[in-house]
Amino acid sequence: MPELSRRQALTTVAALATAAGVAAAPATAAPAATGGHHDPHSPAPFDEVYRGRRIQGRPATGGHAHHGAGYAVHIDGVELHLMRNADGTWISVVSHYDPVPTPRAAARAAVDELQGAALLPFPAN
Amino acid sequence: MTVRKNQAALTTDEKRRFVDAVLELKRSGRYDAFVTTHNAFILGDTDHGERTGHRSPSFLPWHRRFLLEFERALQEVDASVALPYWDWTADRSQRSSLWAPDFLGGTGRSLDGQVMDGPFATRAGKWQITVRVDGRTFLRRSLGTAVRELPTRAEVESVLNMPTYDMAPWNSASDGFRNHLEGWRGVNLHNRVHVWVGGHMATGASPNDPVFWLHHAYVDKLWAEWQRRHPGSGYLPAAGTPDVVDLDETMKPWNDTRPADLLDHTPHYTFDTD
Repeated sequence: MPELSRRQALTTVAALATAAGVAAAPATAAPAATGGHHDPHSPAPFDEVYRGRRIQGRPATGGHAHHGAGYAVHIDGVELHLMRNADGTWISVVSHYDPVPTPRAAARAAVDELQGAALLPFPAN
Repeated sequence: MTVRKNQAALTTDEKRRFVDAVLELKRSGRYDAFVTTHNAFILGDTDHGERTGHRSPSFLPWHRRFLLEFERALQEVDASVALPYWDWTADRSQRSSLWAPDFLGGTGRSLDGQVMDGPFATRAGKWQITVRVDGRTFLRRSLGTAVRELPTRAEVESVLNMPTYDMAPWNSASDGFRNHLEGWRGVNLHNRVHVWVGGHMATGASPNDPVFWLHHAYVDKLWAEWQRRHPGSGYLPAAGTPDVVDLDETMKPWNDTRPADLLDHTPHYTFDTD
């Protein structure tokens, strides 16, 4: 049974897209121009154990290809893909359709969703 | 000609053929490429950057094309298959026939959210989750847990009555039909259904659950209903909008189709209600 990581999966689809003669999806493209500068209104860092998992958040330096968030959250050391909405609310890849007020709330929602399962790293290209 | 039917009206044979075609795409590896593409756009679409598949005017034509690709793949397996749609304003209970073991199977068990019955349960042996954000390889759902109620027909009507397709800033903060249908603002239609199903449907890898296609086939139908209600309203923006797909710009990842090419669904399929 293949244990396909999301990095491998994205590589796979990029190859499929290339084979089909179309461009790769935006997640594999260069970072958007919005990255790289600090948001003065970025939420404060946090570091706590929630339901037995260590969750950490801090303002991110430098733009990440997937973010546009300016803020990075980790669960047991693995980065959780996070996104900030235009109204200031937050979502993560494991709770994508349900905005919450803060990155800490998004991290806690992710821990609830994971039910103890390990988060897989997402590609940092 | 492809006719998309209400899932509640499918015959036993139509359900079986749909399920078998989905399972064959999964077996051949084609299914997971759709999951990967969707998640890539979920990660890449941002409110203040480039946005194509979500939180933008092209949410509707992008998913129309995405579903067409999937439906054509199904039809290469079985030419009789069309995508059914799930009218979640009508079939709003987890006792709906949609969730029966002969179709999509039911909700997940409380311990770990694992779906235990139907053709997509791990124990049936044909549905391993490979494109995923965590270590679990079984399909998960938690119907009606994170949010109690699916949208009502009255809520849908209130959104269908909005005369303007979309508005600046063309993202999750917009007023207008598209963003209210997508659900970032207002009564929340599309997003809320993802949350109501829970499990994989709540994540960026939501097409891991086959109900993704039935949900989006209904969202697509609501776009068609809106067009019929507002014949004088069209797709916006028309031109010159940074990071946003204008009416005559091509969409990634296909790069050969513009929203303008996808406004009329009838060259591709009709609905049982058309």
